[in-house]
Amino acid sequence: MSQARRSDWLFHAYMVVFLLYMLLPLVVMGGAAFNDSRFPSVYPWVGFTDRWFVELWNDGRLWGAFRNTLFVALAVVGLSIPIGTAAAILINSLSGAARSVLYGLMVAPVLTPGAVIGISTLLFWNKFSVPAGLHLSVLGQVSYIAAFVMLLVLARLQSFDRQLEEAALDLGASHAQVLRRILLPHLYPAIGAGAAIAFFQSIENFNTTLFTRGTYDTLTVYVFSKVRSGITPTINALALILISVTLACAICYEISRRRSEKRAAMAAE
Amino acid sequence: MNDLLRRYGPVLSILFAALTAFWLLALVVLPDLYLFENSFRPYLPISEVGGPKDFYSFDNYLTFFHSPIHIQVFVWTIVYSTVVTVLCFVIAYPLAYYLSKVARSNLLPTLFLLILVPLWVSEVLRSFAWFIILALKGPLNILLLGIGVIDQPIRWLTGFRGVIIGLVYTYVLFMLFPLYNAIQSLDTNQIEAAEDLGSPWWRTHWRVILPHAKPGIASGSVMVFMLSAGSILVPTLLASTSSRWFTEIIQQWMFESQDWNTGSAYAFMLLLLCTIFVSVVMRLFRVKLSDIAK
Repeated sequence: MSQARRSDWLFHAYMVVFLLYMLLPLVVMGGAAFNDSRFPSVYPWVGFTDRWFVELWNDGRLWGAFRNTLFVALAVVGLSIPIGTAAAILINSLSGAARSVLYGLMVAPVLTPGAVIGISTLLFWNKFSVPAGLHLSVLGQVSYIAAFVMLLVLARLQSFDRQLEEAALDLGASHAQVLRRILLPHLYPAIGAGAAIAFFQSIENFNTTLFTRGTYDTLTVYVFSKVRSGITPTINALALILISVTLACAICYEISRRRSEKRAAMAAE
Repeated sequence: MNDLLRRYGPVLSILFAALTAFWLLALVVLPDLYLFENSFRPYLPISEVGGPKDFYSFDNYLTFFHSPIHIQVFVWTIVYSTVVTVLCFVIAYPLAYYLSKVARSNLLPTLFLLILVPLWVSEVLRSFAWFIILALKGPLNILLLGIGVIDQPIRWLTGFRGVIIGLVYTYVLFMLFPLYNAIQSLDTNQIEAAEDLGSPWWRTHWRVILPHAKPGIASGSVMVFMLSAGSILVPTLLASTSSRWFTEIIQQWMFESQDWNTGSAYAFMLLLLCTIFVSVVMRLFRVKLSDIAK
């Protein structure tokens, strides 16, 4: 690896440049939240202000959109966890052609553009006179988010010792007990990760929601309409808050990770 | 299937099957089939739906082929999505290699955490950040003018420049992670063996690492291309009137013209495009769908 070592500093430099590339735009956007200019910008710097935060706080539509986003995200988690888990258990018991066909069908929504999912959901339910609205956004999002849950649970199922189930059945456990006491506890980490991914995917979602939402706002749609029409730095204030929350979560996670690592190291000694 | 019955009994098995069926039929297959069927029907007022004028035809698709502008936008979308995919690969490959083979492993969690921060911030805000940066009097132009690289501010947001910059920034991580997973699973001994046998670094990459990374490249390319071609936010925020994206035309049919039938024809074409791209990539890299979706 002598060759690789000589070029190491180049890689380190590249890594740093990439991190700057990823993070600087967010800094610029956050910085613009404090600029006392009617347009979101960091240059020219007019002066420091906190009025965009005050304006944001008083924005009723924003709070409505925030509530809708949470409602949709929770509904998406609630639906895609059982669907994705059931689908993973089902496909894990299949083999051969049936398995690959079903697998293809399940993965396809992940590779489908969000706009197409949104439009097909809208048209299909409209046929049964179900009007557009947040409920359709939920269904549209579940159609591809359930696939993420399925993939996570399926991966976890590979490390499951099926003889545990046999043993439980032999010892007289009921089918429900086998599921609840043996299989599900093994799957919990994957289900937890699936729930987190489903929640954030749903909050992030724009394309599918845009076509299915009817007249309701979600956070992304609201920000989009705001950015498109009258651009005001309130959006920057919102962005800064979201970034700060994200960073705070990330730092907490990092601290707890290091602490548990230290504990593990101490236990090893 | 018998196995399922034996382990979980009829009630739970039926529940599993019903949940899966609801997902695949009501949320995936039937809506897509209905979209397909709708794209062949004319756009009519509600009173005339099912009437004598309501018959199948290729009219909605002909609308596309009779409009040079729409064809042009479609081709541009394909070309520039491909450019974005290639750029993402070029940027992400060295980084994926660095993260999986060079970087100290105790640094990795911190690095990943930092890289992931933009991913948690929603797409609309990420494109908005570039909207500020690329403005004519924005920080990028000021910086470049300041260090003397350019003497006239650049109009970043004309043509497809802004769109490409925005899409690469937004989706490069979808290339990085599959690549990282693929390269990470390569035994480092193989790289060392190649070097001990006198292979120059580029040949090690070409003959050892890249072939091993094929599933990662395929999966990253498919994701980045699909997300780029289907993106609505980035083209709307970072493009000018001279550079339109296919999704914007779909939106126009759906919202401005309220013509859902032509809209579904256009949406179906986008779906077809992505499907063709997936199958081409799968054939090219000789990988299966189960290799891609990881």
